[in-house]
Amino acid sequence: MVSTNTLEAVQRYKQKSLPYILEIEGIRKEFPGVVALDNVQFRLRPGSVHALMGENGAGKSTLMKIIAGIYKPDRGTIRFQGEEVTLTSPLDALERGIAMIHQELALMDWMTVAENIWIRREPTNALGLIDHRKMTAMTQALFDQLSIRIDPTAEVSSLTVAQRQMVEIAKAVSHESDVLIMDEPTSAITETEVEHLFAIIRDLKARGVAIVYITHKMNELFEIADEFSVFRDGKYVGTHASADVTRDDIIRMMVGREITDMFPKEEAEIGDVILSVENLSLPGTFHGITFDLRKGEILGLAGLVGSGRSNVAEALFGVTPATEGTIRIAGRDVSIGSPKDAMREGMALLTEDRKDTGCFLPLTVLENMQIAALQDGHVKMGCVDERGLTVLCKEMQDALRIKTPNLDERIENLSGGNQQKVLIARWLLTKPRILILDEPTRGIDVGAKAEIHRLISRLAQQGVAVIMISSELPEVLGMSDRIMVMHEGHMTGILDRSEANQVKIMELAAR
Amino acid sequence: MENVQIEPVKRSRRSLPQELNILLVLVAVALVFEILGWLFQGQSFLMNSRRLTIMILQVSVVGIIAVGVTQVIITGGIDLSSGSVVAMTAMITMSVAQSSEFARAMYPALTDLPVIVPLAVGLGIGLLAGMINGALIAWTGIPPFIATLGMMVTARGIAKWYTKGQPISFPTDSFAAIGSGAAPVFIFLAVAVIFHFALRYTRYGKFTYAIGANPQAARVSGINVQRHLVKVYAIAGLLAGLAGIVTASRAATAQAGMGMMYELDAIAAAVIGGTSLSGGRGRIFGTVIGTLILGLMMSGFTFLRVDAFYQEIVKGIIIVAAVVADTFRQKARSKKA
Repeated sequence: MVSTNTLEAVQRYKQKSLPYILEIEGIRKEFPGVVALDNVQFRLRPGSVHALMGENGAGKSTLMKIIAGIYKPDRGTIRFQGEEVTLTSPLDALERGIAMIHQELALMDWMTVAENIWIRREPTNALGLIDHRKMTAMTQALFDQLSIRIDPTAEVSSLTVAQRQMVEIAKAVSHESDVLIMDEPTSAITETEVEHLFAIIRDLKARGVAIVYITHKMNELFEIADEFSVFRDGKYVGTHASADVTRDDIIRMMVGREITDMFPKEEAEIGDVILSVENLSLPGTFHGITFDLRKGEILGLAGLVGSGRSNVAEALFGVTPATEGTIRIAGRDVSIGSPKDAMREGMALLTEDRKDTGCFLPLTVLENMQIAALQDGHVKMGCVDERGLTVLCKEMQDALRIKTPNLDERIENLSGGNQQKVLIARWLLTKPRILILDEPTRGIDVGAKAEIHRLISRLAQQGVAVIMISSELPEVLGMSDRIMVMHEGHMTGILDRSEANQVKIMELAAR
Repeated sequence: MENVQIEPVKRSRRSLPQELNILLVLVAVALVFEILGWLFQGQSFLMNSRRLTIMILQVSVVGIIAVGVTQVIITGGIDLSSGSVVAMTAMITMSVAQSSEFARAMYPALTDLPVIVPLAVGLGIGLLAGMINGALIAWTGIPPFIATLGMMVTARGIAKWYTKGQPISFPTDSFAAIGSGAAPVFIFLAVAVIFHFALRYTRYGKFTYAIGANPQAARVSGINVQRHLVKVYAIAGLLAGLAGIVTASRAATAQAGMGMMYELDAIAAAVIGGTSLSGGRGRIFGTVIGTLILGLMMSGFTFLRVDAFYQEIVKGIIIVAAVVADTFRQKARSKKA
């Protein structure tokens, strides 16, 4: 399997005469409630490294998953090695010569390194049984070629994250693919390991392999990429050679937006400090978070995915409590060990992932809305005060314009925007003093988005202190009084509304 | 607000409540036996109050267990230990419920005790077994299947070890009265009504559904998921203990082999009654109907003089069919969503 036969070699040679190994034209991909990609194009040259750039949610990951055969596009064409193809599955893509290294590592923990690499392609002996000795030797040969020093017979569960990353790369290389997709390959590895990775990439490049590279790290882009394509809000912005542009050019291409998308904030009276956080740390996740939050204030929390924004929110709310630092609410030191503790202090958290940690999908709108309020009161003689709660929920439905046939409808039958409003209503019923919103408008349509923004402004006017995490810079800029920016678990700055702009935030978030 | 676009509301197709479907199945099964009865036995199956009473009596004990098991399944768990807990409670309860008229009582000093003592002992043991199940699941994080499998083997072992395999008999008259006549039916119905209301109208019930529907979201909503799970398993254990008391009382004897496979009948009753094994969905009313369907089938096959072996084969097929139907329902629903 490892050795390439002559025919294949000839084919490979022919391919090199094509200017592009992969050409993507007019791709559209829609998910319920959002257009992830709209009329997107992408061209990949053999023997080059092509970086995909864009903010969170720009559509890079979706495009990459289409190239890897994980998603099927709704519209558009994919030409691979000069002919139009339909990729039916990741396996189909792999067999055609497109391999992907996943951000979430996809190795089987309790099998050896060699078994993981050669799965489905195990060498067999005369009896048809797996020849482990040969498999080990093949792995060793592969590792030697890539100068990786890992024992092929080690169990994957015993490896470090960086070592696993190397195994993933070796596995992709072992398929002798023509296209290799790398999604944030350096996010979990150290400086020297990055150097090693880049050496491997240069070697692959020299052998004619085309590499699609996704990164948020600007300096890597200039070190390793030949070309880059920028995406914004699911649309293709442009492709440039990395030698032709500066860092600032790229940031501008990534964030540039039309004025019509802006979110006007309604002024609210800013009151006393209600929440005071000092030196909050959770080793390995975030460090030294310090800020004050006032009544009626909206504090935006910006940063790339994985920068620790959501972890800070979860720590404040007691989902995963911080191990160091102090939290003061209304001037009093509090210890928050569970969400229940946080709720007792008047906090509420709208979680980032509506499906995973928000909705109770099999339950009704009413049941979804009342669950948090039940923690405190609404019980008469042992029974839930269903009538009183229904009245409150009905009021919430009207106030938030939640569109559902009735409150007994299952929440899974509502649109994303309405589900989100139900979850917001769940927390408003607890009458919070401090409301933490993690990506409150992700994946919902423009109309519902505007309504949620108006609602947040109105809450601030009523004196609720709001922390709003968002990956959408215009949203953060439009809604916030101040913006705290995080990068790799550290606060890199707090910007005032008057001085903040997209470029400043991006500089702090992606240094 | 004029320029805000209106999102279309996805209206779910009007469908009959799930309980009604199960009720229809119950009626259909009854009618099939009625027709077969006239065809092959020349008599009515349903127009025989004695037969119906015996049928409900036969499934009452399983029904009591099923009420507890349903709650466990709603949280997304499973309880395999109930049948063995029945045997363990029956044995231990009977040993403190013996009459002094019996010369070889197990504890001669503990005979003729007021009925409250064996009752409390039995319920206490069931509760304890359930709490151990719950604590293991909640705080060690082992799967409910394993925790309750362990309890299933252990409790059966304790039941055998307690008298080295000997049965215990001769209860006091007051203890024997608990399971006499139609009492088990009333106990079953009382338990069903209590927990039907508890699940629908109390905080306990709301939290039970929430945990089964989405444990992470339940935690973020301020529910102490671990503590609640212990409660649910403890209630399931308590009800298995109650079933053990009823069984021993009715039989006026206790044996280590009692309650064999009851856990599976109880799970079957819950599943046939529409409780989803993936959690978050199920009603006690459905479980009661499921229990009656099981009873109707047993009684019907006996009435038609069908061999007991066939009964088990058919029962097995029906359980699997019920879960397959549930799975298709879920798939259809998630596609729509």
